[in-house]
Amino acid sequence: MNRYPQIMPAGDCAVVVEFANEISETINHTIRNYVSNLKEQKIHGINEIIPTFRSVLVQYDPRFISYGTLLCTLKSVLDMPQKTSDFSRRVVEIPVCYEGEYAPDIAYVAEHAGLTVDEVINIHSSKEYLIYMLGFQPGFPYLGGLDERLFTPRLAVPRIKLRAGSVGIGGEQTGLYPLESPGGWQLIGTTPVKAYNPKKENPIPYEAGDYIRFVPITGEEFTEIEELEKAEQYEFRIYHTATEK
Amino acid sequence: MGILFLKGGLFTTVQDIGRTGYQKSGFHVSGVMDKHSFMLANLLVDNPENEAVLEFTMIGPTLKFTSDTIIAITGGDFSPKINGKEVPMYTAIYAHKNDILEFQYAREGSWGYVAFSSRLDVPMAMGSRSTDTKCRIGGYHGRKLEKGDQIWFRAKRRYLPSFLSRTIPQEHFEDPLVKIRVVMGPQDDYFTAEGIRTFLEEEYTVTSDCDRMGYRLDGPYIAHNDRGADIISDGIAPGSIQVPSNGRPIVMLSDRQTTGGYTKIATIISVDIPKLVQCKEQTRIRFEKISVEEAQKLYLKELESYDVIRQKIHHPCREVLDPRQSAKRIAGLFE
Repeated sequence: MNRYPQIMPAGDCAVVVEFANEISETINHTIRNYVSNLKEQKIHGINEIIPTFRSVLVQYDPRFISYGTLLCTLKSVLDMPQKTSDFSRRVVEIPVCYEGEYAPDIAYVAEHAGLTVDEVINIHSSKEYLIYMLGFQPGFPYLGGLDERLFTPRLAVPRIKLRAGSVGIGGEQTGLYPLESPGGWQLIGTTPVKAYNPKKENPIPYEAGDYIRFVPITGEEFTEIEELEKAEQYEFRIYHTATEK
Repeated sequence: MGILFLKGGLFTTVQDIGRTGYQKSGFHVSGVMDKHSFMLANLLVDNPENEAVLEFTMIGPTLKFTSDTIIAITGGDFSPKINGKEVPMYTAIYAHKNDILEFQYAREGSWGYVAFSSRLDVPMAMGSRSTDTKCRIGGYHGRKLEKGDQIWFRAKRRYLPSFLSRTIPQEHFEDPLVKIRVVMGPQDDYFTAEGIRTFLEEEYTVTSDCDRMGYRLDGPYIAHNDRGADIISDGIAPGSIQVPSNGRPIVMLSDRQTTGGYTKIATIISVDIPKLVQCKEQTRIRFEKISVEEAQKLYLKELESYDVIRQKIHHPCREVLDPRQSAKRIAGLFE
């Protein structure tokens, strides 16, 4: 029995469209397609569309669209063809300094993996990571695709405060903390860029379905970019590549 | 000119309806806890539906007006006084330059609101004036208000048409047992039949562990079935009732995180969220299940009730224009 996709109410102002009960790039791709098709419909009354690992939360105002009407529309969007070919990878580059004070746990990660620090840096920065979803804090990306060799358990005791821009590994995941926060990940680097900037019209440079690539920089480059960020002059490097397959 | 805080109170913030459209990037919605009291406050002073107000809890602020304006106080009863004299709630009242408005602890209810006809001048951040204290954006420098803070007004509105009819009956939050209606799901299929029965038939009490993010309730254990208490993290609608593996419900509110990995047994309907948030510690809660369609009917009915109030204000009748009350209220003009 295939129960997916299924649409379930989440109160009187939201519904969940659920596509599967697993995390995979294929499901993420389906969700991305669905969200894109749904947005194109420009349905009056929908006020938020929140894609997550395997579902989409749609929040709406029943004053403009009833549950029944919304259900019909959401179902009809499910039947729309996938426009796979339209998609290319949107990759956002995040410069990361993997050195010294910027990388307090990188030696531990290397030792745990039986690799040199340079190898850890090479492996970590040689991949485009898919952003499955954003959550936990503004701009915090749940990334897929970390190389198995770098899997490292979280800290036994989480840090009470880690600086904004920290890049780390937690178990089988890697990611970055756009805001200062507590956290239990092994910190292998720091980015000088603000992945969260409330002053910009788009406060976060990426969204679910995009990819992130970490690019190693030196301590001097870190300071340079930091200065640019302070002057609000830093531009994210974003490129597009054809999807594999 | 505007208001100067002589005391910040326990947790006083500027809030409007919230920051929508950014949850997909991980931003909390924020916004007022009790939308109903918020709507009424703005309505009484002729503000647009989504005008920013002051929200406070447990212990209210004390503030001094540095120019004349008209205010309306709604929500929980924090014994409001101007210059030491009690003032009515759910009523538009004059506040003059140098007046001191003071609130005490919450005598009933949990969240209080003040709307200002002259409108608070805090900058919009991503389409909203709501304070998100975790991300430090919106409201007054992204934080709660403290002694010495000053907020300017952005409009000069010292007179309002039909001033005398700007009063409605005060709402009370004293019931020891509150009925809260829910729509079941989205993950009600993660619970045993017994678990669902417990949730709908037993009583839960509001604990002390309640804030703008969520309310933890205590009561009989709600049993999950063999699918367990954890799901792959997904989006969280306002009023969602999460049940982690300890079997005790947590209601997700304005400052909730955008995604979470606990099963959500049900979602509180929009018109009942204000009732829940106004409950004090130890208040007993009983959940009742209704359909989405019924919930939406209630929501539309509530919106209509706001139109009725607007009508009454602008087309006053005898019932609202009792001469003795009128004389009392208009006295403020001559002081």
